[in-house]
Amino acid sequence: MNKKDVIICRCEDVTLEELHNLMKEGYTSFEEIKRILRVGMGSCQGNTCGQLIQRELANFTNTPINKVVTHKVRPLFAGVKLKSIVKALDDES
Amino acid sequence: MKANIVIVGAGISGVSIAYNLAKKGVKDIVVFDDNYLSGGATGRCGAGIRQQWGTKNNCILAKKSVEFFEIAQEELQYPRDIEFKQEGYLVIATTKEEDLQFVKNVKLQNSLGIPAVVLTPKEAAKIVPHLNLDIVTSATFCPTDGHLNPFTVTDAYYLAAKRLGVKFFYQEKVLNIIVKDNKIIKVITENYEVITNKVVNAAGGYSKEIGDMVGIDIPVYSENHEILVTEPIEKIQGPMVISFSLNIYCQQVPHGSFIMGRSDPNMPQGYNVDASWHFLDEMAKTAVNLLPPIGDLRVIRQWGGLYNLSPDRQPIISDVKELPGFYLACGFSGHGFMFAPMTGLLLSEIILGEKTTVDTTDLHIDRFKNSDFKDYEKSVV
Ligand SMILES: Cc1cc2nc3c(=O)[nH]c(=O)nc-3n(C[C@H](O)[C@H](O)[C@H](O)COP(=O)(O)OP(=O)(O)OC[C@H]3O[C@@H](n4cnc5c(N)ncnc54)[C@H](O)[C@@H]3O)c2cc1C
Repeated sequence: MNKKDVIICRCEDVTLEELHNLMKEGYTSFEEIKRILRVGMGSCQGNTCGQLIQRELANFTNTPINKVVTHKVRPLFAGVKLKSIVKALDDES
Repeated sequence: MKANIVIVGAGISGVSIAYNLAKKGVKDIVVFDDNYLSGGATGRCGAGIRQQWGTKNNCILAKKSVEFFEIAQEELQYPRDIEFKQEGYLVIATTKEEDLQFVKNVKLQNSLGIPAVVLTPKEAAKIVPHLNLDIVTSATFCPTDGHLNPFTVTDAYYLAAKRLGVKFFYQEKVLNIIVKDNKIIKVITENYEVITNKVVNAAGGYSKEIGDMVGIDIPVYSENHEILVTEPIEKIQGPMVISFSLNIYCQQVPHGSFIMGRSDPNMPQGYNVDASWHFLDEMAKTAVNLLPPIGDLRVIRQWGGLYNLSPDRQPIISDVKELPGFYLACGFSGHGFMFAPMTGLLLSEIILGEKTTVDTTDLHIDRFKNSDFKDYEKSVV
């Protein structure tokens, strides 16, 4: 399959080709790639692309996969509506 | 290793300083950063670009920086998009005092060539229809304010500086700076020793620590400021909406998501950058109150970053009389991203002994000696 057609990050619509191009430019850590391609910043928070990119980085940099650091996990773990937070606060008081 | 100049920190300030120096022909510039590209405040910021300030200094720095951002994509020859969007900042007043203060601010801004205007609540609602007009007393608007992608702008400066020969070392912490006979002689990092007699302190939240290495006491401190991002939606809001009295800034970025933040008056000084429940609660209340339809958006991520605050909430861009060869770019007080083009230009002029593009007396560290800071910046969140 053409690299252009392989989606590596569904949330932000990033292809394998874009990922490989950036790695060739010298951006070979998840944190750097995230800042430029937005992988891991979408609604799944890197739960889908994290491992795929980890494997690509391991292959590209010739590093054992367990040594490749992936994204920082940040709250929230699932999207919550702002007004639901406000409602929860009102219900508490 | 030998270097003409060592820059500590590769946030937006450090990369801009490196680029401006290299553009002026300085060779052997070395930049150290202990993080990833834009891992400090730069990659954590709201990335708003505002010229509507309450002090003359901040107005001028912002205006001249906007002039650079307008041509940055070409000047830096960047292959990706820096996403400069100029759809303005809508500054919301909610009290009588603010109404009066904002009229004064706009007068000052206009006198400096900044095209801001005072608006009635109704006029404000023409620009942002989903405002809660019950709490708005007046507003000001400057159409040339806006937003940039902090990651790609930093990357753009970094790549341009690299093309001009600047050497960057990431994940490389500066551990000490050796001074002998009141002269800098060496910078020591985890893996290198660099012979140099010029050091630029662009270490953001850690700039005070870098000052301490050479015995220069910089009157700044750091404080966690939190921020969150929502899921992306179709475009509904052009400008950044900001209110000092409500304590909120909120904008929709070109990607479609909303980014919003506020300050916590009880935040202790320090280096913690954790995300808190308390922030999420307060942010949700404030945002839904001012911009009710935003309540339907899902928050997907929240984080924190360091403001580096100076006593008058204006930056320190200066040399240091007590230690020749030591230069400062710090104390940005939560608005150093938008000033970066001027930070780089002015500091390069100071280092090379050139006449500076704007008067830098009030940006000098010496302004804090025997001062009561009457003219401090109040237009901050
Ligand atoms: C939540 C939030 C929202 C903000 N919103 C805005 C906004 O809308 N508009 C705006 O203009 N500004 C905003 N700011 C402020 C802005 O982010 C900063 O003023 C600006 O990014 C400062 O850039 P810098 O390069 O000086 O510092 P930083 O980006 O922090 O860079 C300093 C670098 O130095 C490195 N460093 C520190 N110590 C060492 C050492 N010993 N050795 C090696 N490296 C070291 C750090 O790792 C870091 O990468 C915001 C800040 C925050 C936290």
